[in-house]
Amino acid sequence: MAWFVFPFDNLVCMCLGISITVWFTLLLVFIIVPAILGVSFGIRRLYMKTLLVIFEWATLRMERGAKEKNHHLYKPYSNGIIAKEPSSLEQEIHELRGSANSLRSEPEFEMADIFYFCRRGVESIVDDEVTKRFSAQELESWNLLTRSNYNFRHISVRLSALWGLGVLIRYGFLLPLRLTLAVTGVGLLLVLTTMVGFLPNGETYLSEKVHLICYRICVRALTAIITYHNRENKPKNGGICVANHTTPIDVIILANDGCYSMVGQVHGGLMGIIQRAMVKSSPHIWFERSEVKDRHHVAKRLGDHVADKTKQPILIFPEGTCINNTSVMMFKKGSFEIGCTVYPVAIKYDPRFGDAFWNSSKFGIVNYLLRMMSSWAIVCSVWYLPPMNREEGEDAVQFANRVKAAIAAQGGLVDLLWDGGLKRAKVKDAFKEEQQKLYIDFLNRRSTSL
Amino acid sequence: MGSRASTLLREEEIEEIKKETGFSHSQITRLYSRFTSLDKGENGTLSREDFQRIPELAINPLGDRIINAFFPEGEDQVNFRGFMRTLAHFRPIEDNEKNKDPTASEPLNSRTNKLLFAFRLYDLDRDDKISRDELLQVLRMMVGVNISDEQLGSIADRTIQEADQNGDNSISFNEFIKVLEKVDVEQKMSIRFLH
Repeated sequence: MAWFVFPFDNLVCMCLGISITVWFTLLLVFIIVPAILGVSFGIRRLYMKTLLVIFEWATLRMERGAKEKNHHLYKPYSNGIIAKEPSSLEQEIHELRGSANSLRSEPEFEMADIFYFCRRGVESIVDDEVTKRFSAQELESWNLLTRSNYNFRHISVRLSALWGLGVLIRYGFLLPLRLTLAVTGVGLLLVLTTMVGFLPNGETYLSEKVHLICYRICVRALTAIITYHNRENKPKNGGICVANHTTPIDVIILANDGCYSMVGQVHGGLMGIIQRAMVKSSPHIWFERSEVKDRHHVAKRLGDHVADKTKQPILIFPEGTCINNTSVMMFKKGSFEIGCTVYPVAIKYDPRFGDAFWNSSKFGIVNYLLRMMSSWAIVCSVWYLPPMNREEGEDAVQFANRVKAAIAAQGGLVDLLWDGGLKRAKVKDAFKEEQQKLYIDFLNRRSTSL
Repeated sequence: MGSRASTLLREEEIEEIKKETGFSHSQITRLYSRFTSLDKGENGTLSREDFQRIPELAINPLGDRIINAFFPEGEDQVNFRGFMRTLAHFRPIEDNEKNKDPTASEPLNSRTNKLLFAFRLYDLDRDDKISRDELLQVLRMMVGVNISDEQLGSIADRTIQEADQNGDNSISFNEFIKVLEKVDVEQKMSIRFLH
């Protein structure tokens, strides 16, 4: 029996050995070497174009299938469920009351006034501006991922076969490939930054190169296809780079094209090891959990870093939390108080290839990264906006809002005043009191105008 | 988020809701998606906390009363049917509905039913009368701390005086309708749902 098994065993080992060698050679030639040199074969863009063609075909098939069965195809409307009239409290209640005259000196109240609040309230139940920002965006056409399909009943046999093929490719080929690359990228980062750390202080050229190489490998690990616009506006030393936040991957997307100092809390575990390694070769700003509460301390450290013109620009996400890339929410004013030049950056993801939004209440970071690595790709556009400075007579909040408006306009995102912290926290009572004040001001205006 | 939107809502249910409320098929599916996104507990019903999580509703002075209107007497959970039934009050009145079969029951979005919805926002104890206290409560919610108790009291007295016709110092539903007969209720209490 032994001689029967032996040559077969040998054959299997040989095949395995050859395939692994071939695999790694291909990896090296097509992915790692270009990453080191900073060139690209254009494979990813070709892949993206092919996918788009397939998605459109899939959606057409589903629409046809639905029509045959005389069913309705669920189409998410990105324009909303209802049409809202943009009118003020004053205008609406004035219309409600008609042209009734009054000789009273007290603020007058009409029973019809509640209609205004009532309708506004029910409108916000049906469609509000805030809660929909904290969950993944809905797609108009299907992208062959079960996680974004709402029309299970309308999938024909051919479409299912295509979907099955997709699963095979994504989990059988792409995922292991990406995992290998990710491990390589992170491993290289740890090793090389430690090595550069041994060199004399102020050695910036090598440390920049090392960071760039590792981020490029990580970008390929996610199959991220990034288009950078207006590179002449790239952030310079002594400034702060400000961007809208959708996912932790934003950091990799930006650092792929330039060197930034990161700001963040000190973590434990693997993240902590990576943070310590990164600091050895370039000046990042990591805070202990206790230091984060002390705003003066934070501002001082950031201010010191910015004042030193040899240090790289700081990368900050003023929203403070991940939003689903359809809007930009309130910018926290802390980074705008430091008084240096702000370089705004707008990042817009194309959700058709894989939704990059991290819904932290639904998925942990590991789960999220696995989902990212098993989507088709991450396609995004990055716009570098011209630098902005605080103007005379403008306070930090106004400056922050101005920067936010610029980013929203460039990225095609909705500009909201609401705080991203509403993802977890309740809205402050002060806002309700503002609404009550609006109403009472209106009543007073009506009575004193007689 | 919307991954269960069309799959958990059966066609028969959609037809029933269509008959009862008058919403179209696509409007019902869209509103179901909204319902599930509000339902954080994922148990097919909404609680008051689910509503209060909407910031724009939380800052509305009458927010709590509006939320109350969705929940049937004494209950803490509302299912999709109940949700749609309440929303149906805000459908615009279409012209062809006005001449429908007179023996059919009144549609949920008729002028009378819209007024009844508003009436119930005032009438907390559901005794079909708005008492002075109930009126004061709503007034206080709308103006906050910006008016003194005396001023508020005199506003309430004046309002009841103008509306009350049978001298019982409270406003019944018919008196309420009379006060609001010149108001364009159809337009002001309607939301334009897109198809």
